[in-house]
Amino acid sequence: MTMQPHIQISNVSKVFSSGDREVVALDDINLSIAAGEFICLLGPSGCGKSTLLNAVAGFSLPTTGEVLVDGNPVQQPGPDRGMVFQEYALFPWMTVEKNIAFGLEIQKQSKAQIKEKVGALLKMLNLQDFRDRYPKDLSGGMRQRVAIARVLALDSPIMLMDEPFGALDSLTRRNLQDELLRIWMEFKKTIIFVTHSIEESIYLADRIVVMTYRPGKIKKNVSVAMPHPRDPSSAEFNDLKKELSLLVMEEQSRHRQEESKATTAD
Amino acid sequence: MKNSLREKIVGNLQGFLVPLVVLAVWQWLSSHAIVNPQILPTPTAVLAKWWEYLMPMEAYDPAKSGYLAWIFSGELIRDAYSSLYRVVVGFLVGAALALPLGLMMGANDRIYKLFNPLIQVLRPIPPIAFIPLSILWFGLGNPPAIFLIVIGAFFPILMNTIAGVRHVDGIYIRAARSLGANQATMFLRVILPAATPYILTGARIGVGTAFIVVIVAEMIAVNNGLGYRILEAREFFWSDKIIAGMFSIGLLGLAIDTGMNRLNNYLLKWHRGIESK
Repeated sequence: MTMQPHIQISNVSKVFSSGDREVVALDDINLSIAAGEFICLLGPSGCGKSTLLNAVAGFSLPTTGEVLVDGNPVQQPGPDRGMVFQEYALFPWMTVEKNIAFGLEIQKQSKAQIKEKVGALLKMLNLQDFRDRYPKDLSGGMRQRVAIARVLALDSPIMLMDEPFGALDSLTRRNLQDELLRIWMEFKKTIIFVTHSIEESIYLADRIVVMTYRPGKIKKNVSVAMPHPRDPSSAEFNDLKKELSLLVMEEQSRHRQEESKATTAD
Repeated sequence: MKNSLREKIVGNLQGFLVPLVVLAVWQWLSSHAIVNPQILPTPTAVLAKWWEYLMPMEAYDPAKSGYLAWIFSGELIRDAYSSLYRVVVGFLVGAALALPLGLMMGANDRIYKLFNPLIQVLRPIPPIAFIPLSILWFGLGNPPAIFLIVIGAFFPILMNTIAGVRHVDGIYIRAARSLGANQATMFLRVILPAATPYILTGARIGVGTAFIVVIVAEMIAVNNGLGYRILEAREFFWSDKIIAGMFSIGLLGLAIDTGMNRLNNYLLKWHRGIESK
């Protein structure tokens, strides 16, 4: 076994320019992620957590620095890094079954193989009764289940999740969080999960990476040692919640100040 | 159940109310010679003419043709067939040209910039303005008529296909890329289906235009079809046949639109707002 980290983010910066204005979204980010780790990127909106995730996904490459996955620099998106979007991004013209099978069809796997894999995933995520339905007929929670199944079908070692449960009601959300943890433990995936919910990050992550508001930097790395399933009403959980709240609120108030500065300047 | 059946019958009867009143007024006007029946024949006369136009002209003779061929040998059936044939061929050729060009122009900025100026100049020319040129180029008969229909169908399909491709939500592209889709898969299985609602809207407008153009083209370039027939009837002062022909054109147009609507609902059964039944 090599000691090389699974995902290595080295000196990553990202600058967006619109007109003559430049926004530094990420500033010199360094982060090593081990195989099988569950990482939550936490911070207020505008802190660059999605930008960082997109750099790992390969959708938007860093201005400087690089992201290495198993030693290879990320150049473009690929099925080795499955992505789950907040907007589900299911193909509405495909049935549930076809959506899950799409990645496998791209890989030109045999029909029998695809059928078997898709069948197993439908069962695992409780979607059997919906296999011939179109996404428009599903609830938000169901849609996100399909999106997770679509990524699991690829057997990719890494799952990237961009606020995947942000649009769901709290009960569905807890449900899917538990399912995700079950999947994570069963398949030993490496997960990078973007969220602005402090509670969600404590409930899920091995390690929480708190990010600062513009320019996006890593404010703090917080390891969470509590065993699963975690009890959100426990003292330990709430102590951590308090600690993280202070960190996030600092950034949130900076966000607010900058916004009001911007409006008075206009 | 009983109530809803009754509501249904009442609802359908309501639909007939206004047409019946119009027919009654029309009948009254022309049968009392308030309007000259030569100019406005009675609805019953139009119906009789329509029936005559629909039915075979010769008596059934098993020695000459089969029964089915005889039944469909009426003038109206042959005219409707000629018109429909031109619409279908012209529409298919127009769509076959517009669809690939629209997909390429929508997906590729360079191709768009290359073709767009020419298209913007040609597009506002009504297809009917091409009539003199089409007769010069193709003579008389089906070719000039079909050429005009191709032009009529081409532009709506082209413009809507371009818009459809340009409006494909970026999230689908990103999802497909992360699932490993190559260019061809992206085009055929993501961009094309995502653009179908627009493309079908274009096709529907295109068929409508094609149907307008075919009637006009038949009045000028050919000697059969529904458009030709109503112009011919005018020469003989057969106003009953003109109205019967117009009525037939309306029926055929309604049938085409219903067919397009069915196709639309079938192809877009995944789309929000269309209930799958």
